[in-house]
Amino acid sequence: MTASPRFGERAAVALKDAFLQEALEIATTKFIGLRKDSFAGFPEGEGLRDQARAIKEATLQKLDHYLEQVADNVERLGGHVHWAATAEEARETILGLCRDRGVKMAVKSKSMATEEIELNEALERAGVTPIETDLGEYIIQLAHEKPSHIIAPAIHKTKGQVADLFSRELNERFAADPEVLTAAARKELRQKFLQADMGITGANFAVADTGTVVLVTNEGNGRMVTSLPRIHVAVMGIEKVIPSMTDLMVFLAILARSATGQKLSVYTTLVRGPRRSGEVDGPEEFHLILMDNGRSRQIAGALREALYCLRCGACLNVCPVYRQIGGHAYGETYPGPIGILLTAMLKGDRAVKDLAHASSLCGACQEVCPVGIDIPRMLIALRHRLDRERIAPLGERLMFRIFGRVLASPALFRLGAALGRLAQRPFVRDGRLRSLPLLFGRWTRSRDLPPLARRTFSERWKDLA
Amino acid sequence: MKNPVRASLLVTCLVDLFYPEIGVAIVKLLRRLGVAVDFPPGQTCCGLPLFNSGYHEEAARVARRMIPIFSGSEHVVVPSGSCAWMIKKEYPGLVGDDPAVGSQARTMAERTHELSQFLVKVLGVTRLETDFRGRVTYHDSCHLLRGLGESQSPRTLLGGLPGVELVELPGADECCGFGGSFSVRFPEVSTSILDKKIANIEKTGAGCVVACDAGCLMQMSGGLSRKGSPVKSLHLAQILSGSDPS
Repeated sequence: MTASPRFGERAAVALKDAFLQEALEIATTKFIGLRKDSFAGFPEGEGLRDQARAIKEATLQKLDHYLEQVADNVERLGGHVHWAATAEEARETILGLCRDRGVKMAVKSKSMATEEIELNEALERAGVTPIETDLGEYIIQLAHEKPSHIIAPAIHKTKGQVADLFSRELNERFAADPEVLTAAARKELRQKFLQADMGITGANFAVADTGTVVLVTNEGNGRMVTSLPRIHVAVMGIEKVIPSMTDLMVFLAILARSATGQKLSVYTTLVRGPRRSGEVDGPEEFHLILMDNGRSRQIAGALREALYCLRCGACLNVCPVYRQIGGHAYGETYPGPIGILLTAMLKGDRAVKDLAHASSLCGACQEVCPVGIDIPRMLIALRHRLDRERIAPLGERLMFRIFGRVLASPALFRLGAALGRLAQRPFVRDGRLRSLPLLFGRWTRSRDLPPLARRTFSERWKDLA
Repeated sequence: MKNPVRASLLVTCLVDLFYPEIGVAIVKLLRRLGVAVDFPPGQTCCGLPLFNSGYHEEAARVARRMIPIFSGSEHVVVPSGSCAWMIKKEYPGLVGDDPAVGSQARTMAERTHELSQFLVKVLGVTRLETDFRGRVTYHDSCHLLRGLGESQSPRTLLGGLPGVELVELPGADECCGFGGSFSVRFPEVSTSILDKKIANIEKTGAGCVVACDAGCLMQMSGGLSRKGSPVKSLHLAQILSGSDPS
């Protein structure tokens, strides 16, 4: 893969997009309020978050054991388990199933794991039509775009934009009314559920000791996808396994609250293998793809905690950077603060050369994370690696080395201040610096800067002593 | 007469270089409260800008120099949530294994206080007199709020001032967009975050926004001044110590 255009350039474009700005402001503000209200009336929430974090950590300690257990149990229930070390292996497994079973159309429930492996593109190339059935995903599929939020893929669109899109793509004029638009999508999708040969989902959890795959959804499409087509394929990152149903209850109590402020999502679907004899619905075949794709490499690494992530999206909603630029500017499958860590995990450190710095380290992400992932600390660790691995630009690395020398020496620090005072002279206007050259111009382009004081505090101290 | 509380001022690089008047205000304020203030020579910066950008060896070198300077201090007072956070939360991990300064780093972490916390939690001060008058609003600096878990002390102090009306800032807990090197790496994003902060400040009708961190002040005053806004941005110490022609 070649390097994408730089993050800063994409962000600058996003900042000028008035529709995006409006959509983001409305949606993230709403999500923040819903989450806050939901936890305010739920005093046991804090304790459950600690517990959830502890469960994730304990599971990672014995991840191999729980993965084998979940695989055994899924197979015992009549399902098939496929191990995929890479995104390519995961794609090939699904394409192989499509070939063998003569699949022409696949309906999909919202899944970031399938976005991660760019499954839709692969299915299309193989002559299989993928149909996204989550409303947000359906919108962006019609628009030929990528999701810009982990749980709200079309968050970047206003209802007016969606009405225009539907009117164009479905050849009928629709009002910018969410109910009308939802009804239109529902009508379009109904037929596809019945036609499809395969249903593809992700998985929010897989419970090791029962072999249960858990899907947390809101629209009912997840149930259709898992029960109507003759084959159900679930794609899951290996870190999503949890030990028991008791653990599941802990996660369910905080996941929807963190994501949308709901006590529970509208549907919590527990899938245990294919249809059994005597059952009236459910698929004939059930396949679980357990995908690594860079995850196991991080178990012993600095990004370990990122493997706790439940993909609730709460950190995106509160991130001041995400709230200004939206998900597409990140240029990766997973946007936002956690997305930077996941991108490094899945694609290597080189992929986050710019992104690792796309955070003011304000800590709002960690504060809302249902499993308390210390995202700022890991971003700092990532930045450290960028220097160590010589991925950070040479100029920057040199500059910080010099900066480090200056800050470690009072004499150089004083000298730097004296030189700065001389150099700033021609630029001071009304006690302000309004326009500076070089790197400093990156500040003064949009903000004033106070000049260096005529006498530093250190120099003034002797008057006070 | 009982022995006075002794405190060393760690003034921070931004205050030293750009805002010495904040340092002067702190010295006057603490002396008024009977604190014996000293200013150990040789201080530069806590190393946070290096640390946060990932230059940890360089940050450790700065820390190893700073720590012995304060080894004899009873209390170390820092007028910045982020620098206090660096010393309290990061120094022990950064140089804790160093035989020369490791244990000193842990001691310094315990003895270091952000200014508002020092006033309220160490000195037990809640009501102060000042000749500052007017309506103010308070911006929570991220590292003080989420790094050190402090939202109340600055509000207690401001709220206790006769003649000062404290109005709550909408989105007070949201970042101002400074973020150290972030502000120049991605100036458009940083300024866009700032614009929202400024809009919220203007909504309060306050004549002054108060913060406990020179980084936030530099960002907010930079934006306010560029927009030609009459709203001032001042450090908590400047409000508490009152009028000072500096």
